[in-house]
This record gives sequence, C-alpha cells and structure tokens, in this order.
Amino acid sequence: MSVVIEGKALTQDYAVGGGMFTGAKTVRAVKGVDFAVERGKTLAIVGESGSGKSTLARIIALIDAPSGGELRVAGEVVDIARQRLTPDMRSKVQMVFQNPYGSLNPRQKVGDVLMEPLLINTALPAAERRDRAEAMLAKVGLAPEHFNRYPHMFSGGQRQRIAIARALMLNPALLVLDEPVSALDLSVQAQVLNLLADLQEEFDLTYVFVSHDLSVVRYIADDVLVLSRGVAVEQGPRADLFAKPQHPYTQQLFVATPVTDVAAIRARVERRKAARIGALSN
Amino acid sequence: MALLEIKNLTVRFDTSNGAFTAVDGVDVSVDGREVLAIVGESGSGKSVSMLAVMGLLPDTATVTADAMIYDGRDLLKMSAAERQKLIGREITMIFQEPVASLNPSFTVGFQIEEVLRFNMGMDRRAARGRAVELFNAVGIPDPETKLDAYPHQMSGGQCQRVMIAMAIASNPRLLIADEPTTALDVTIQKQILDLLMDLQEKHGMALILITHDMGVVAETADRVIVQYKGRKMEEADVLSLFENPQNAYTRALLSALPENAKGDRLPTVAEFMAAEALQ
Repeated sequence: MSVVIEGKALTQDYAVGGGMFTGAKTVRAVKGVDFAVERGKTLAIVGESGSGKSTLARIIALIDAPSGGELRVAGEVVDIARQRLTPDMRSKVQMVFQNPYGSLNPRQKVGDVLMEPLLINTALPAAERRDRAEAMLAKVGLAPEHFNRYPHMFSGGQRQRIAIARALMLNPALLVLDEPVSALDLSVQAQVLNLLADLQEEFDLTYVFVSHDLSVVRYIADDVLVLSRGVAVEQGPRADLFAKPQHPYTQQLFVATPVTDVAAIRARVERRKAARIGALSN
Repeated sequence: MALLEIKNLTVRFDTSNGAFTAVDGVDVSVDGREVLAIVGESGSGKSVSMLAVMGLLPDTATVTADAMIYDGRDLLKMSAAERQKLIGREITMIFQEPVASLNPSFTVGFQIEEVLRFNMGMDRRAARGRAVELFNAVGIPDPETKLDAYPHQMSGGQCQRVMIAMAIASNPRLLIADEPTTALDVTIQKQILDLLMDLQEKHGMALILITHDMGVVAETADRVIVQYKGRKMEEADVLSLFENPQNAYTRALLSALPENAKGDRLPTVAEFMAAEALQ
C-alpha cells in the first residue's frame, strides 16, 4: 500500500486584528496535525465550525501553505511557500467545495468549465480536450446536451456533479472534498455519495472528506480524524471510532447527533408520555 | 379540538412562466401542547404553507383554503387588524438563519424590548426587566451584558436563542420554527432542540417544526406530515412513521439515510420510487 498524502505536525497561523495602535495577534487554527492516507482510501475529517477542518483541507489541497510542519504527496515533500508547484503535482491534488452555487463561474458553459483545467495544465489539442470533457460528463451521470449549458440551468446536485467532474479532469490521485453533500437534499445526497463511491473504485482515487455529519462519515470513511479547536483529538479506523469513541469531544458529538433508530424513538415517546401523566397528576 | 386547523390549503405563485403551485390541497392540524413536524426536501412547500398562515408571503402568492381555523376563528375571514393581534403574539415564528433574522444595526436588547413595548405595551423599564427574564429562560449567560451586544458579536447558536426569546416573549400558544437548527453545528443543534422542547413542555405551547432532517423529526415530533412537491404524502405519529412508513416516498427518504445503508450503495429516492412502481 502506498501512502498518497501524509501530513506531519501541520500548523496554520492566522493574523487577526491589528488596529491603528495595536499589534496583530496570531490565532493558531491548526495545531500540529499528523495523518496519512493510503491509495484508494477515504480519510474523513470531522469537526464543527471553527475546528480548523476547512483550514486543514486547504493545506492538503495545496491551496494554502501551512505555517509549520511537513506535507508529502506520494512521498515527495511539497512546500508551496518556497517552490512553485509543478503542473504534475498540481494535477495530482484537486478540490471540490461545499457550495456548488458558488464554486462554478456563472458565465462559463459546463463544457468550458471541464476543458479549462486541460487548457491550462496540458498541451492537448482542442479536439482531444473536448472528447475528454464529454467523456467525463457521461461518467458523472450528465447528458451530452448539458455540454453547452450554463450552471444556473442545473440543480444543486447536478452542479456538484459538474464540480466533481472538473476536479477529475486532470486524473488526480487525491480529491479533497470539503462538505460536498451538506448543501444537498437527502435524496440528492445519496446520489452524489454513490457517485463518489463509484468514481473512487473506477479511478483508484484517494479521498480526504471533510464533514460535520457523522452519519455520512460512517457511510463513506475508512479512517476518521476528529478535529476540535485545531487539535486532532482522536483518529483511527472508522469501525473502532464508531464502536468506541475515546475522547470526550467525540463522545459529545455522538450524543448530539440525532438518531433515527426506532427503539430510540419509542423510548423518547414513552418518556414524554410519562412526563405528561406526571405533570397532570401533580 | 385542534388549536390550528387548515383545510385544503393551496398556494400559487404568479411567475413569468405562468402560475406555479407550491402547495397543493394540504390539510394541517395541530393540537395545543403538540409537536408537529412538517418534513420535506427543497421545493416540497413545507415552509410556504406556514408562511401562508403567518401572512408573510409576497403579493405574487395567491392563498386559498376551505378553512384556516385558529382557536375557533377563521384567519381568512378576519380583518387585517384582527389578524395582526394574533400573528406575532399568539402565533409566532422563528427562522433558519438566526444571524440574518436579526437587525445588524441595533443591539439584541433593543430588538427584544421593541417586541415587548409594541406588542405587550410595556414601558422601557418593564421591558428591560422582562428581557433579562427571557434571556435567562433561553439560557443566555450574563443577560444584562448580552442585551447590549450586537448580533455580530454573538454566535449563531446564541442569535437563535435571542430569536427564541423574542418568539416566546408574548407567551404564544403556537410557535412555528422553520429549520431552526439547519445553520448550526450538531452540538449546538442539540442544545437548541432541547431548549425548544423544554419551553414547549413548560409553557404548554403547540410547536410546528419545519425541517428536512429526519434526525430532527425523530428527536422531537409527536406527529409528522411528510410533504413532497407541494402535496402531503403521509401523516402519522412519529413512531409509526419510522417503524412502518406507509407511503413510497417516506420509505424512499428513510432508506436514503446513510445510517440505514445496507451494503455499499445508498438507494436514491428516484431509484426507490421506480423499484416500488414495478412491484
């Protein structure tokens, strides 16, 4: 098994404040996170708002340089603060964002959205670019006639398919998915999760999947990293983590997650009935 | 007798492409002290039907119903002034985006005291005292200081607590909550749902909870209405709905929950409905 992406002691500092008379303070959003993901596997990063999960995702996607620590892609140290990324390295890691309404250019036709990465990163002729874009459109479950349409003509789920297709145009080894289904309806969420599972199998893709939703994580992840205030409070194989969460924060997340289990609902309904009878007899 | 009973509610919008029917012949009734969840995906008309009750729809909407009876009186036959006395007092509503629901230019204290002064006829001093009480009731720590905060100085969860405080200020008999926890983290969601259930129980209000989240339904509702494309698909008590869903769409929704996944693939609603149609 080869490790596709590996982070060691990653940190990220942001400068905040700093008015006319006060110096800027630094806030450490990610505090020394280690992880490694093997080829074809999915690492889920779980956390709430402010946990640093999107900051970490941007570091992994080679968008932001970390303030400290080391990031290796396929064994090779990558430091975007010091060296320009090679096109080859840029192609290896791609990202899909949460909001498919904001991540597509409204003035760009879907075909152009898909062909642009090839235009910038490869020397392929126009005809070949077009063929590959059309093939990818079919792969993500869209029709050939969608090629010349604009993003506003699509539903949220279709747009997320387009964003996934764009991310796959350069044959990446790693996809960083930042809350890719949280803006979608339940039924559409199921379709996109299925699509991601199919694509992972077909292209032997590695996923880093950022999510706040434990039921989605349980479905899609091989390994889970729980982030709280920039610290990886717990990480390990999915089965272990779901069977026996160790850290109090993870346990708190599990307690807060609503359950749709019939036995739990029955217990709640009965508690409520009992409380009412109690209130009436008082 | 039901506290609110709506019969055959239809809401149409005039659009440039002709009329669009957002809610199509839906019956809704809720008893006093009951928690009713209306669940559906986007476009199901779940919010629109309750906005129709509140009279918050734009002029392009045409609302018709055979009856919209609140506490024995028909909301549709009332004068605007009579209706005004109920809406915002006996029937109140909170929304999905707590930060956007508050006015950013005024302190939260000013906004809640405004409700108390205009709706309840309190003077400034009394309103201030009651605002502190309400902030205590919804679990905002250090209420005297927090009343002077602006919405942007508070977290999303705290802004939702402020909204809830405003909504219960008049001791309403019916609170309508439209996706009250959708913008919030799961631990904060739990706190807000616990707070709503606690207030509902304590004040004996009826609560209508509009949501897309089956987990929220499972944790709160007494009774559930499932809506799809403006129509009611199913209505049942919460246990029967999860244990023995009668409608194909309800079954499809439940089977699309990741926690119910059997094997590698999630059945999607479209596939599920097609498979059911074949059987």
